[in-house]
Amino acid sequence: MTQAPSSLPTETDAEPSIATVGDKAGPALPAGLTADDLVEVCRQMILVRAMDERIWMMNRQGKVPIAASCQGHEAAQLGSLLAAQKDGDCFLFPYYRDLALKMAVGLTPRQVMLSFMGKDGEPYSGARQFPLQGADLPRNIIQISNVVAAGLTQSVGYALGCKMLGDDTVTLCYFGDGATSQGETHEAMNFAAIHKLPVVFVCENNKFAISTPQESQMVVSDVAARAEGYGFPGFVIDGLDVIACYEATRQAIEHARNVGPALIEMKVERFMPHTTDDDDRRYRDRDALDEARQYDPVTLFPAQMVDQGIATPAQIDEFRTDAQSQVNDATDFADAAQPPDASTIYDHLYV
Amino acid sequence: MAEMTVIEAVRSALHEEMERDERVFVMGEDVGQRGGVFLATQGFIEDFGPQRVMDTPLAEASIMGIALGAAFRGMRPIPEVQFSDFVWPSVNQLIGEAARSHYGTNGALKVPMTVRIPYGGGIRGGLFHSQNVEALFFHTPGLLVVTPSTPYEAKGLLKSAIRDDNPVIFLEHKKTYRLVRGEVPDEEYTLPIGPADVKRAGSDVTVVSYGLSMHYCLAAAATVADDGISAEVVDLRTLKPLDSETILESVQKTGKLLIVHEDNISGGIGAEVAALAADEAFEYLDAPIARLCGPDVPTMPFAQSLEDAYMPSPESIAAEIRRLAAY
Ligand SMILES: Cc1ncc(C[n+]2csc(CCOP(=O)(O)OP(=O)(O)O)c2C)c(N)n1
Ligand SMILES: [Mg+2]
Repeated sequence: MTQAPSSLPTETDAEPSIATVGDKAGPALPAGLTADDLVEVCRQMILVRAMDERIWMMNRQGKVPIAASCQGHEAAQLGSLLAAQKDGDCFLFPYYRDLALKMAVGLTPRQVMLSFMGKDGEPYSGARQFPLQGADLPRNIIQISNVVAAGLTQSVGYALGCKMLGDDTVTLCYFGDGATSQGETHEAMNFAAIHKLPVVFVCENNKFAISTPQESQMVVSDVAARAEGYGFPGFVIDGLDVIACYEATRQAIEHARNVGPALIEMKVERFMPHTTDDDDRRYRDRDALDEARQYDPVTLFPAQMVDQGIATPAQIDEFRTDAQSQVNDATDFADAAQPPDASTIYDHLYV
Repeated sequence: MAEMTVIEAVRSALHEEMERDERVFVMGEDVGQRGGVFLATQGFIEDFGPQRVMDTPLAEASIMGIALGAAFRGMRPIPEVQFSDFVWPSVNQLIGEAARSHYGTNGALKVPMTVRIPYGGGIRGGLFHSQNVEALFFHTPGLLVVTPSTPYEAKGLLKSAIRDDNPVIFLEHKKTYRLVRGEVPDEEYTLPIGPADVKRAGSDVTVVSYGLSMHYCLAAAATVADDGISAEVVDLRTLKPLDSETILESVQKTGKLLIVHEDNISGGIGAEVAALAADEAFEYLDAPIARLCGPDVPTMPFAQSLEDAYMPSPESIAAEIRRLAAY
């Protein structure tokens, strides 16, 4: 599935080609990354997976009304986020499947569990919306909506605002393959191109929109191919490879800041049904799914880091133990928390 | 005081606010070099440049989504919908997104955006250049809906809308643009969003209206005055929030209520005003509440005869006032 991406043109075009990164043979670290960063990604991945599994379980216990799992998307989200964090001046418009990203920006497991259980203190919307949806402005995140693709034009408008105000900020907008069928996706990309806005479009392509496979959504094999039609670069990246996602995003951010929009398509896998309400046995080939799970980044990436001597087995074990205890604590905490008071229903309707 | 038309008042408000605050900018189809199809932004591109007087691609959903995103960043966008009939592609961004951005983030985000929409008929616009779109926005918590009827109000309310941190749907009746003239103060002023205005005081019948049809109500009130009927005309000015106090005060005085609008009768503003009076002024009513509104067809058809059949007129309003007065 990996397709060799070519390097993104930038005004200061002295960057290594993305094609050379994600090469599992050598331990050479791409620009700006330290061993500590990668160890930290291992920790986050393990924590997010433990959280994701627990959330699903709490749904089955009737305590989480709805959840969209990010299993299979972790490498894409965390690699991409790492580039945004290293850059230090990025604003994010994620979508509902971006649990790993939304946690890794600094939400505590307790806050996340409050959100999934719809309790008071929920950080995005005061539990008015689906989990982790609304805004987390202290961490530069807006996601107003469940309406697929509605965030794309908003992210472009945000970037326009940044440009008009003279900010250096780059806006990153995340969405699924399904979102690329919406008219607003086209409108957003076209407008961003016309005004050379500092936006990075990140498509997390898991090849399904609920049950609808990619071949029923489009005839092209790569969403990234559409970028050419808007006059900006598009790249296909192995979304199971943290470092490739980091490096592609890093270059795309630089391109966005100096030149204009870029589209990165991260080919990922969706290991779980669409949401807790979905039964994917109706439409998903089990053998293909089992095969995909062989490439689970949450298993492979820590192992690779240990192989390369970047992390130790003891560290990874500690991350796992620690993740379980954090998730236990978060579950107990959120379970005991109160829902928002009904009297708040009219709060914040108008400024 | 200067006399001007509604479109001149709109232009003057926009210009003053863009001069006052650099974060204010207009965007829409043909607003730049052409100055908008109704010339609301005529000459602006010379004064403010193409970035703040932004010609957009012909794509309403993105005009609204982009305006909203820019508002999130702290800009104060004024997207223009060329004709109300073309607002539908952008409705998700208005009703789905803008209206609930503050609420859905528990107060974290503000939406300082004013959506200007030329609306309404009586101009031979047919099914796709005449629509009244207010009921849908009126139904949507989180939006403010403003419908000025005179130049004075158009200017004062538009300036308030631009300074407001909530999303405002600013509906300009396009037949009033050049038809309605009026005095506008030379000095700086704003009018608050919310309060209705009693445009003509009277004691026999309360007539509630807004926009173009408010002027027809005034004409009708003048006509029936010759027969000794005293009609009070309440101009809503703002539909959302509705000024229930002014409406109820008038109904309590006259005991009779007629609501007039061009928009379809079913589920329109008139239905809400009628429910308000029934709920809160029941003991004062001396006649059934009456509504004279557009019939339930998509909007006014193109042929003159059909358009006339659709529109409320001074004559049809006067007849309805007489009927109520005699009840
Ligand atoms: C406009 C709109 N239509 C339908 C839905 C219902 N829905 C939610 S997610 C989804 C599929 C989205 O697929 P994709 O964009 O590929 O994201 P993924 O869930 O695969 O990450 C659908 C149809 C919606 N939320 N919004
Ligand atoms: Mg998908």
